[in-house]
Amino acid sequence: MIELENVAHSYGGGDLLTEVGLTLAPGSFHFLTGPSGAGKTTLLRLCYGELIPSAGNVRLFGQDVRQMSRDDLARTRQRIGVVHQDCQFLNHLPLSENVALPLIVSGREAEADPANLRELLHWVGLSRQADALPPELSGGERQRAALARAVIMSPDVILADEPTGNVDWEMSLRLLQLLVELNKMGKAILIATHDLNLIRAAKAQVAARVLRIKDRRLLQAGANL
Amino acid sequence: MNGVLDQMLAVLAGDRQADRVVPPTGFTARLTIFTAGAMAFLAVFALALSMASGRLADRWADALARTATVRISAPQGQMQAQTDAVMAILWTTPGVADPRVLSAEEQRALLAPWFGPDLPVDRLPLPQLVELTETEDGFDAEALRLRLAAEAPGAVLDDHARWRRPLVRAADRLRLLGLVSIGLIGLATAAMITLSANAALAANAQVIRVLRMVGARDVYIARAFVRRFAGRALQGAAAGTLVGMIAVALLPGADPAGGFLTGLGFQGWGWIVPLFIPPLAAMVAFWATRAAAFRMLTEMT
Repeated sequence: MIELENVAHSYGGGDLLTEVGLTLAPGSFHFLTGPSGAGKTTLLRLCYGELIPSAGNVRLFGQDVRQMSRDDLARTRQRIGVVHQDCQFLNHLPLSENVALPLIVSGREAEADPANLRELLHWVGLSRQADALPPELSGGERQRAALARAVIMSPDVILADEPTGNVDWEMSLRLLQLLVELNKMGKAILIATHDLNLIRAAKAQVAARVLRIKDRRLLQAGANL
Repeated sequence: MNGVLDQMLAVLAGDRQADRVVPPTGFTARLTIFTAGAMAFLAVFALALSMASGRLADRWADALARTATVRISAPQGQMQAQTDAVMAILWTTPGVADPRVLSAEEQRALLAPWFGPDLPVDRLPLPQLVELTETEDGFDAEALRLRLAAEAPGAVLDDHARWRRPLVRAADRLRLLGLVSIGLIGLATAAMITLSANAALAANAQVIRVLRMVGARDVYIARAFVRRFAGRALQGAAAGTLVGMIAVALLPGADPAGGFLTGLGFQGWGWIVPLFIPPLAAMVAFWATRAAAFRMLTEMT
């Protein structure tokens, strides 16, 4: 669904990533690790077309990002759920509307069934905060809300950047559980994380592969974790 | 073009949800409404000016084109004889219709604006005026002048052309200036809306980034802003136009006797014309905001 072929990216002044090859197939589960500043976030941003590679090809659902119109890109993003490291919301709208935002902007408001929304919020433990404004939420609550927003469209791919960075271990496991269940429904998952414990916990449940960015290249980390 | 029209209709029909995704703003919204109102107010006056000067130019061109005057200055004793001679010439000149000797009352009425109503016209050595109308074919002014000079030395033909042309030209120029002013007001409105739309877009950059991230199309994002600014321009311009029209209606009317200055204002169906200002302002705002939004959106992925 998402294919990177010999991809390089630079923000000017030398490549941050080079010769990156990656294929996210339906039902795959990947972790992405590497030191801070190695380019994990950049790689994720390449995966949903926010960045255009400076070399190589990125294909989203079979389409080359360079050939996609802005509307193509928008439609593609409706099939990719993204959890950012710094979760951004519309600060003037309550949490429930923020979580339902992908449905609203794609004209599928009718599917925003209040019962489903409530269930989803309950799942991420935010039932009581449904009417709160995003600035009133804690870091962990924001990350859970971002995950709820990323999955509400039932996307084919979920990209998460440090989704457990601000939550305690119990909540991390709960979020992981959620992602594992989505993976079992055939969705491709890519999680950038530092948290080796989280990777171990996942490996007990799914066949997760671990990728590592080292010296600007993407490597298979193997089983030695 | 069809797509754009559909979009304009969609914008007018409204999407309250799309409106909600952009945070409400109080102060800048009021500024936009106020500026649109002030611009519409000025546009009403520019419109009144150009329509009135248009009427003036048409009237002068029309009323004066087909008339001429013969002025007879002669000593008291010869006045009647010369007048008769002039009338005889005029009746036999091809192209001249209905020569008519102005009565003392008419001459007094003509002079009243300058000398007041109680002028003893009969005691003054005033020239006698003869008014004549041209037929469709017109007459040869030079030939007529020669004949008059030969047979009635005190008669002078004035075919009005000398002072009619510069007046018509001035009135035409005034109309042009009015239209140019309306154009400038339109462009200034577009510039003002663009500036305030740019400010709103910049202030909401984070909102736009989030919307793009969750898969909103450019059209959806632009619509939220476009609808807002078109609505504000419409509201402001409607209020400004209303106030402007009331002000024009309250202007002192034209003096029908003088007829020299035509009334600055609208007449009859002319009152409909300023009603087009608010929808035009909304349209200008629509295009200006749309262009600003798309320009900004193409800068982010």
